[in-house]
Amino acid sequence: MSDLSYKVIVGLEIHVQLATRTKMFCGCALSFGEEANSRVCPVCLGMPGSLPVMNKQAVEYAMLAALALHCEVASFTKWDRKSYYYPDLPKNYQISQYDLPLGSGGYIEIPLEGGRTKRIRLIRAHLEEDAGKNLHTAGSFSQVDLNRAGTPLLEIVTEPDMNSAAEVRALAVELQRIVRYLGVSEADMQKGHMRFEPNINLLIERAGLQFRTPIVEVKNLNSFRALERSVAYETQRQLDVFLETGITMQMGNKSTRGWNDADETTVLQREKEEAHDYRYFPDPDLVPVTTTPEWLDEIRSRLCELPVARQMRYVGEYGLSDYDAGVLTAERATAEFFEQTVVAGADPKRVCNLLTQAGLKLANERGCDMSALGIAPAAVANLAQMADAGTVSATAASTILQAMTETGKAPELLAEEMNLVQTSDAGELERIVDQVLAENVQAVEDVVSGGKKSKKARGFLLGQVIQKTKGQANPKVVSEILDRKLS
Amino acid sequence: MSLDELTAIDLRERIAARQVSSTEAVHAAFEQIDRAEPTVGAFISLFRDEAFARAQEIDRRLAAGEPVGALAGVPVAVKDNLCTRFGATTCGSRILENFHAPYEATVIRRLLDAGAVIIGKTNLDEFAMGSSTENSGLKKTVNPWDTERVPGGSSGGSATAVAARLCSIALGSDTGGSIRQPASFCGVVGLKPTYGRVSRYGLVAYGSSLDQIGPLAQTVTDAALMLSVIAGHDPADSTSVDERTAPVADYVARLDEPVGGLRVGIAPAFNAGADESVRSALDAAIEVYCGAGADVVEIELPHIDYAIAAYYVIATAEASSNLARFDGVHYGYRTPNPADYVEVYSKSREEAFGQEVKRRIMLGTYALSSGYYDAYYLKALKVRNLIRNDFVKAFERCDAILMPVAPTTAFKIGEKTDDPLKMYLSDIYTIAVNLAGIPGLSIPCGLDPAGLPIGLQILTPAFSEDKLVRIARMFEAATEWHTKKPAIVG
Ligand SMILES: [Zn+2]
Repeated sequence: MSDLSYKVIVGLEIHVQLATRTKMFCGCALSFGEEANSRVCPVCLGMPGSLPVMNKQAVEYAMLAALALHCEVASFTKWDRKSYYYPDLPKNYQISQYDLPLGSGGYIEIPLEGGRTKRIRLIRAHLEEDAGKNLHTAGSFSQVDLNRAGTPLLEIVTEPDMNSAAEVRALAVELQRIVRYLGVSEADMQKGHMRFEPNINLLIERAGLQFRTPIVEVKNLNSFRALERSVAYETQRQLDVFLETGITMQMGNKSTRGWNDADETTVLQREKEEAHDYRYFPDPDLVPVTTTPEWLDEIRSRLCELPVARQMRYVGEYGLSDYDAGVLTAERATAEFFEQTVVAGADPKRVCNLLTQAGLKLANERGCDMSALGIAPAAVANLAQMADAGTVSATAASTILQAMTETGKAPELLAEEMNLVQTSDAGELERIVDQVLAENVQAVEDVVSGGKKSKKARGFLLGQVIQKTKGQANPKVVSEILDRKLS
Repeated sequence: MSLDELTAIDLRERIAARQVSSTEAVHAAFEQIDRAEPTVGAFISLFRDEAFARAQEIDRRLAAGEPVGALAGVPVAVKDNLCTRFGATTCGSRILENFHAPYEATVIRRLLDAGAVIIGKTNLDEFAMGSSTENSGLKKTVNPWDTERVPGGSSGGSATAVAARLCSIALGSDTGGSIRQPASFCGVVGLKPTYGRVSRYGLVAYGSSLDQIGPLAQTVTDAALMLSVIAGHDPADSTSVDERTAPVADYVARLDEPVGGLRVGIAPAFNAGADESVRSALDAAIEVYCGAGADVVEIELPHIDYAIAAYYVIATAEASSNLARFDGVHYGYRTPNPADYVEVYSKSREEAFGQEVKRRIMLGTYALSSGYYDAYYLKALKVRNLIRNDFVKAFERCDAILMPVAPTTAFKIGEKTDDPLKMYLSDIYTIAVNLAGIPGLSIPCGLDPAGLPIGLQILTPAFSEDKLVRIARMFEAATEWHTKKPAIVG
């Protein structure tokens, strides 16, 4: 057994809910949490005689996403009916795109450790309408809420290019970042805006032979955690089953499993993949869509630098850590705010600390993004420069930032008002240092003797000076004076 | 002439001039309905009280000098596959017997906006699938000219209502001839507009790429008037045409202007399949046009023999999908005692759909199935394109094509019900027109030896309804056939 090695192979199907004003084919507003069946009309209810009308905004959002994902955008695309009987599907067919998806090919770069990236190829990206929700609340019957029916979804299918649970998670997180950056989806996991279906199997090598385990599709995952855990769980489970039974992938032995969130396991749903015949055919109620070069150019002009590229640039250009660069690029508003402060003259590392330690916390508390905190990037750049110059301490800078959001006052003014300007006056500080040294003879001795208490004693003396100045002494200047006096 | 025998345009003018009230017109209509409806069975539902209330409202508006529309006060019937906010919309099916739409079709709104008084909803072959109205799951309609015979279909109720003068004008729908063929069988004018000319919103779909709503009327003028009311772009129907591409004309305004230098096309080989009486009526009609100065050119429609096959693949494929929602879960009748969840679907559909509907759902489901799609559906679409091109080519050489509407006059009730293929083949002259999407009109052009009406079919290029009605009017102005009426009118 010692020569056994294996690799997990994962492809993902992802449904992203687009943040359009109205549903895919009718004028109903998108819904979350409203009273059941309150956001419906004859069209999304599939009333006999009703007809769908394409939502242009949804098509444009899908085009924008497809361009950002490096897909080839079809110059001619159409709508197809996918037929299956299900209570949450009002017409018993779903309007989707079959053989001419809006986007084909493409890829997503996912960040790995150490500033490296990996390219995950995409097969396609197409638009479709969502179904409703079956509610099993009452005893002997079920109910259907059709508020969600007709909501525009972008379905993205990847190649099986991911080889670990971490990579799968990274892809999902990256996609979330991208669609949020583009403003085409809120990608709110709690609201089911992103749903994942990984296809998982293992490539096992033993004694020079290769084996592939049967593919398992895990249905309907709606959190990063469940996605990552399910892949990890399947990896181990498939390995165990293989070692026990030796069963390998064959035609027709793909199975479907569900995720049990409580005990973090997958549960068998369908043993063999049913030969589903969806009887696709072009929807005669809708006209095909031609994406002219002019239209495509207009959409392309709305593109922005993608998060992963930005993150890599922050590491390379500004010398930020992977982690900090990731935090700053998680939201487009944060990244853009950060860059505006840098343009206004702030040191990237300094302002990064300011934003990650104070700015984002405030934004989180207030449930808004950086740009909505009521502070100008130029003022934050000023504050960063004050911290750099030692006019205020790093801690004071955070306090001032908060006060800026509350009062709208300039950082210089606030530093004065709040008595946070550091004393760097060497003469004044020298007098205080002398006083502290006189009052703490034992500590002075410990430092001078250079024993193992030396470092601690020096810290103590520094603290005493800072305390005497009520925190306004510039620690750097004090430190220099101490060094001189105690050498 | 009694009120119920007036054309819609005459009635409208008298009502507008306040020589006659709408209430009187509605009263006359219901008097005739009380007399003849028990015999002919044109209506699935009648709205007597609502009609009188509406007529009084129109009369009040006229008295007050308020503006009224082009059909103000005129009694109108509509096929029961058009959604109305009042009454049920049954599609002639037991599965929708109790379906009450919470919204109305665009054409219904346009009729009401024009001041029409909708007196009832007419019988049809279940979901408009049929050529005799015998497939209705709810009602039997007979031909007013001979109660042993079918009125044609699927808009048999509307054709019967107009022919028996239960109303002056009615709406039907035409997927493969369902307006023109019953118009021909009942001796009235039937017009199927170009696909996209009239909004389908609120028409319960049968074959979505073929369905089109149109008028049945006593005269070409009334058909033109009705078309003017219902035609035009509708943002709720993506397949309704943009009016910049195909502007809607006032189809009545220039109706009496003959088309100069008219070239009428005929396809003799194709027409040869019709009965002797139908062919001689067609020949006589051609003579009428020659007499009006038209030239006759022979045309070819090389792919027309494949029309029926292509139609029954495309229409049934679309129908199998359109009718999927009638499952006892979402819409329609639900079986009372299902053994399990799947039986809710299977038994509801099994118990409530009629034979012909089931047959077409099966055909369409098969045609779309994996492995058969290319051989059937895709090939049928190719045939459809060839047929469309046949007509485009033919219209390079002529302004209008003349042909029979049906190979025979109205056949006996029960004559073809055991042989669906025979029934399908009776649509030979009308079906290609839906595949091509062009407009077609049926106008009375003779009576067979048994005294049954014969229809002449006139076809013109897409979106040329203005010309189509003028060409039809030329025939009507030169002949008396449209004045013939069944004995039941009295
Ligand atoms: Zn809706």
